[in-house]
Amino acid sequence: MFEVKSERKSVILSPSPHLQRRLKTQHIARVLMQVATVMSIVVTVGIVASLFPIAIRTFFAIGSRIFGTSWAPLFEPPEYGIVPLFTGTIFVVSIAMIVAIPVGLAAAIFLSDYSSFNLRRIVKPILEVLAGIPTVVLGLFGLYVINPSYVEKYWPIGEPLAFSALGAGFVTGILIVPIIASVADDALSAVPRAMREAAYALGATRREVAAKVVFNAGLSGVVAALILAFARAFGETTIALMVAGSYPKLSGNPGDPMMTLSAFIGFAGIGDAEVGSQAYNTIFLIGAILFLITLVFNILGNKFIARYREAYE
Amino acid sequence: MMNVATDGPKIIDPVFTLKDVSVSYGKYVAVSDVNLRIPSNDITAFIGPSGCGKSTLIRTLNRTNDLIPGASVAGSIMYHDADLYDSKASAVEIRRRIGMVFQKPNPFPKSIYENVAFGPKVNGRPKKSELDAIVENSLKGAALWDEVKDRLGDSALGLSGGQQQRLCIARSLAVEPEVILMDEPCSALDPIATLRIEELMLELKRNYTIVIVTHNMQQAARVSTYTAYFVTEVNPLGDLRTGKLVEYDETKKIFSTPSDPRTEAYVTGKMG
Amino acid sequence: MSQSISLKSRISPRRLIVDALFRTFLYLAIFVSLGMIFWIVSSLWNEAGWLLSWDLLTKYPSFNIDNAGFQSPLKGSLWVVGIATLVALPTGLLTALYLEQFASKSNRVTRLLELNIQNLAGVPAVVFGLIGLAFVVRGFIAWGFTVGSAAAVIAMLMLPVIIIVSREAIRAVPPSYKEGALALGATPWQAVWRLVLPSAIPGTATGSILAVSRAIGESAPLLLLGALSFVTFNPTGLDSPFTIMPLTIFKYASDSREEFQILASAGSLILMAVLFTLNLIAIILRDIATRKRNV
Repeated sequence: MFEVKSERKSVILSPSPHLQRRLKTQHIARVLMQVATVMSIVVTVGIVASLFPIAIRTFFAIGSRIFGTSWAPLFEPPEYGIVPLFTGTIFVVSIAMIVAIPVGLAAAIFLSDYSSFNLRRIVKPILEVLAGIPTVVLGLFGLYVINPSYVEKYWPIGEPLAFSALGAGFVTGILIVPIIASVADDALSAVPRAMREAAYALGATRREVAAKVVFNAGLSGVVAALILAFARAFGETTIALMVAGSYPKLSGNPGDPMMTLSAFIGFAGIGDAEVGSQAYNTIFLIGAILFLITLVFNILGNKFIARYREAYE
Repeated sequence: MMNVATDGPKIIDPVFTLKDVSVSYGKYVAVSDVNLRIPSNDITAFIGPSGCGKSTLIRTLNRTNDLIPGASVAGSIMYHDADLYDSKASAVEIRRRIGMVFQKPNPFPKSIYENVAFGPKVNGRPKKSELDAIVENSLKGAALWDEVKDRLGDSALGLSGGQQQRLCIARSLAVEPEVILMDEPCSALDPIATLRIEELMLELKRNYTIVIVTHNMQQAARVSTYTAYFVTEVNPLGDLRTGKLVEYDETKKIFSTPSDPRTEAYVTGKMG
Repeated sequence: MSQSISLKSRISPRRLIVDALFRTFLYLAIFVSLGMIFWIVSSLWNEAGWLLSWDLLTKYPSFNIDNAGFQSPLKGSLWVVGIATLVALPTGLLTALYLEQFASKSNRVTRLLELNIQNLAGVPAVVFGLIGLAFVVRGFIAWGFTVGSAAAVIAMLMLPVIIIVSREAIRAVPPSYKEGALALGATPWQAVWRLVLPSAIPGTATGSILAVSRAIGESAPLLLLGALSFVTFNPTGLDSPFTIMPLTIFKYASDSREEFQILASAGSLILMAVLFTLNLIAIILRDIATRKRNV
């Protein structure tokens, strides 16, 4: 290992053959990891490349007709007014948020400030199970239980049918409760204990500490939770299609059937749409719109998460 | 002021020769203008207040600092006749020869046996019988064998803090290094465990060169033959702090008749 | 001299009442969200519990309720998600290892990659169906409406999720392990492969199982990939036509006749049983992982 040269040791620090082999393995592993990492870029590029060329072409072909109030691209003559899809989406998402915000935030505050360690260990996994219920099952629940037994029976306006935006909104709300609860809980739990103790030392009650001090300190995370839940509800397809139906009705009555943006993609995509056909082109247009809107909300949501992480972690 | 260091003790055939060494993280200079010669088969201690760059400096001696993004080393650090920062020198090869024991014991989440066998395994494919011998000798070398020989298969995480640190020392002995760098190896240990590590160090210096960073002056006085004292200087141009080597000499001289008044103030407890 | 000190609460009754109401509201919210699961499962059970038998797992989809079962959709789901996992898991794990252990954190490219993955995780599932339609079913891959196409789409959907959970698991491994290994002359890859990765496995497994269970329940993207067709035979390879559990349920649900309602509910019960089991495994694994870390 050491050659004796005069009195001093002569040392060679370049890699031994065995180390050279190990460095070669490392090099191969590195290349493999880089290839894997590039894959996620490939998927993104694939999404953009699949959506936008067709979407842009279709958008220009439709022109100002897109602002119309009737959506029937698959009929003759076709109509491309996107307004009913937007109102349908807004109804479903708003109802979902109205249902999910109080429950989700209450669950988050409960988990971060009111539950014992053991209770938390039980409640969190159960919320995860709720988050894991497939949307098709939730859709079934809306279609078989919420719509016939509640909306049809008790909704006072109009004459409710088998499908309703109200039912879809309610069930989508169930879907996003765990998202709000878990993202907001992460934020509230990240608030330093010292801040709580300081508030208690000033004589604040538990509610005042949890709902004012901690909630305000974790506010950016709470906002993130709401934005991410909104984006999730916005993109949800199966529930909207099963429970709100596939009729793009422009209506102000949430008891009516409506069609959301994403439901249209599911609906028109079922029939094996021919490349270049109206159905094919419009689903890519709607897909691009859906993609862009959810992208904006996701970027925004993640910004808010980054903000509280910077502050507390 | 800086010539003090070069005028330090007479050291023939040093293991490390540092010339005008400065270490920076990005724009921040952690320690600058260090000149030192570290003798072989002896214990050299780096002491000084926190933030004086002594930990940074010891981490340059086996290029552990490379792992911190933005870290850079200026000046030259020779290991015998080879430049540690030569472009052909391999950091991996260097770390095999120059082992390191860290502040907090960091046994791997494996059995005691596997902890010691880890180094030999990554550096080659030793036979089982060879490995058994290496594990036994290393554990004996770290004065741990008698305590663990009947439970080599147990998790290393079940050992006490002092035992874990001795296991970490055994682990580094297993790859037959020439030098062992110790970065405050006792700061997480109780006094009795500390004493055992110190006894072990005195035992190990017969076969190994040891460099130790310590906060504990008494420890430096007890174990080391040479001591380097560092201070933190605040840059007048800004709020940046930089570590400087004040004095390097035989330990007994540092603790009895230091030549720099700052060293005297520190070792007599007037500051730091 | 003596001063009398009262430790009796001086909090106004109003504050106490508001506090009590707030607490009640929180408990109610937790009760409601947990009760949802019970409500959903019990209504499915009332509908189709009586129909459940092992026969349902061996019979094929049929319009005749006495002969109907879920063998081909179950196997279809297994094939699609199985293959997708085989692709997405190693890819995601390698990406996570690279980003956490090798890529320089301050690098602009690294940050761009991270941002990309984060946003990919938020893309609506149905959009993945569109890329499948444009590039996998037709386009230059042109696999048609097959198991392979569906697996490719589900793999893309799973990839960002697996990267994110794996990164979290890898980040939770103490850096001192790697530091210790490097100090013994291990190459960074050896340190990662022999120490960091094994320590990250329980966490990665937990997250990946949850990702798999989400993928099994996923319906929207495959709606566009022909999985809705009535398939009464099992897949035999990548090029087989197929159907999956969620879409068989969807198909039954779109028929308003009573017997199809029962079949859809029965399918849902089977699907939920599979997912509950996976969730349970994930929870147990996580428990083991946290306990190990706390030793």
